[in-house]
Amino acid sequence: MRGSAAHASIDAVWRLEAARIIAGLARMVHDIGLAEELAQDALVAALEQWPESGVPDNPGAWLMAVGKRRAIDRIRRERRFEHKLAEMGRDLETRPAAEFDVPDDEHIEDDVLRLIFTACHPVLSVQARVALTLRMLGGLTTEEIAHAFLVSEPTVAQRIVRAKRTLSEAGVPFEVPEGPGRAARLSSVLEVVYLIFNEGYAASGGGDWVRADLCQEALRLGRILAELAPGEPEVHGLAALMEIQASRTRARTGPSGEPVPLMEQDRGRWDRLLIRRGFAALLRAKAIGEPPGPYVLQAAIAACHAQAPTAEDTDWAQIASLYAVLASVAPSPVVELNRAVAVGMAHGPDKGLALADALVDEPSLRGYHLLPSVRGDLLARLGQLDEARTQFERAAELTRNAPERKILLERAASLRRPAQ
Amino acid sequence: MRFMMMTTDNGPDDAPPDEKLQAEMGKFIEEMARAGVLLATGGLEPYGTRITSSSGKITVTDGPFAEAKEGVVGFALIEVRSREEAIELSKRFWSIVGDGTGVIKQVFGPEDPFPGQ
Repeated sequence: MRGSAAHASIDAVWRLEAARIIAGLARMVHDIGLAEELAQDALVAALEQWPESGVPDNPGAWLMAVGKRRAIDRIRRERRFEHKLAEMGRDLETRPAAEFDVPDDEHIEDDVLRLIFTACHPVLSVQARVALTLRMLGGLTTEEIAHAFLVSEPTVAQRIVRAKRTLSEAGVPFEVPEGPGRAARLSSVLEVVYLIFNEGYAASGGGDWVRADLCQEALRLGRILAELAPGEPEVHGLAALMEIQASRTRARTGPSGEPVPLMEQDRGRWDRLLIRRGFAALLRAKAIGEPPGPYVLQAAIAACHAQAPTAEDTDWAQIASLYAVLASVAPSPVVELNRAVAVGMAHGPDKGLALADALVDEPSLRGYHLLPSVRGDLLARLGQLDEARTQFERAAELTRNAPERKILLERAASLRRPAQ
Repeated sequence: MRFMMMTTDNGPDDAPPDEKLQAEMGKFIEEMARAGVLLATGGLEPYGTRITSSSGKITVTDGPFAEAKEGVVGFALIEVRSREEAIELSKRFWSIVGDGTGVIKQVFGPEDPFPGQ
């Protein structure tokens, strides 16, 4: 087999199998950092051997077997060391060898879920959780992560090393938390996945394919989670939200890379398969029968848009009431601003403007171009053209996206009163 | 990247599907779903209905067709990061199924420009 073909295969196998192998080894060594190193050793062995010997029939099992062997060596070495320290060694020889937890196919999925929860542990910074998750669950290289997040490779490498050390030192157990702590830990996981998605979604407008790939990574993680934790409505909510948002990818940028607002998108370019998957995930969330959390509510809002055959058919009253619930479940200025838009559409621009005006002194929205842009739109609909123009000009100053700035300035210019 | 993995058949075969094989296939499909790569899958009826449009005349013919060769009998629509990943998954599929032929074709999804664009 030609070397480069073997390398392409190894790369693909690694991407498909990394999470399962690392998770299985973590069950043995109770340390995801060490498990990842052992899995990397197995990968190195594959890179050395497969170009010569050919890719084995079951490459995942091959990698796992090598990893297991290294893990057992490691455990034995450490035990010998411990025994020497204790100046014992009497029962060392008689100890059964297979006393550690060995991963098996039946339980590997549980181990993968443990791996996700551990990599997203709140003891780590959000950046560290993102890097660890992409590395361990997605099988991405440090270089790929650095490229996707526009930071240097050493920075990412450092982040990963530190994160592994932090987990080790904090003695974070390799488990899926149960009981009262579970909800907070789950939202830490979902936050990481959605952050990865948004990083890619925000970038995909720029035509930067490496970053847009992050959307795919996040979607895949979301789909995995939905299979591994099917009893959690928010997991399905996040999956639904990402599926429906991803369905608009092709419609949300114009020919020269300018963002196309939701209401102006060509709905024929929305991906029906992803919309259908999104609806199915949302139904699964609802079937669990708990009060909706923030992801389920956001997905329900996205579903309202996806359901409308044309922009004019949008059920704004429904969207406004969903935003009202969202604002009570997970209040934030951005949610409030979106609610202002929905209320403005459903119940009149004056009602929307009242909500938007209340946000003017909100410190976290200072510098956020969508606040003046929304206010400009509502003011224009109320016929207050001068104020509206000032708001669009302000929004144009604030946005960092050049095509969007152009659109905002055009809107501002269109609001000039005709010469008397 | 989306790929359609199709299994093709070399001719009429009315043998009922092997139960053990069915079970193993079920497991494989579940695995693909748990790995977050499977979008849709299904089996196709052996013959189907053929529609031909020629000079404005549309002809509908029901199977079986004596000359039918290499019809698609099953498919899996997957979302993966590269063609190599699709090939790896396909290898696993064939290691379960045994002898046969398949085709892997990229499907243009929302993230890809339309071909020719």
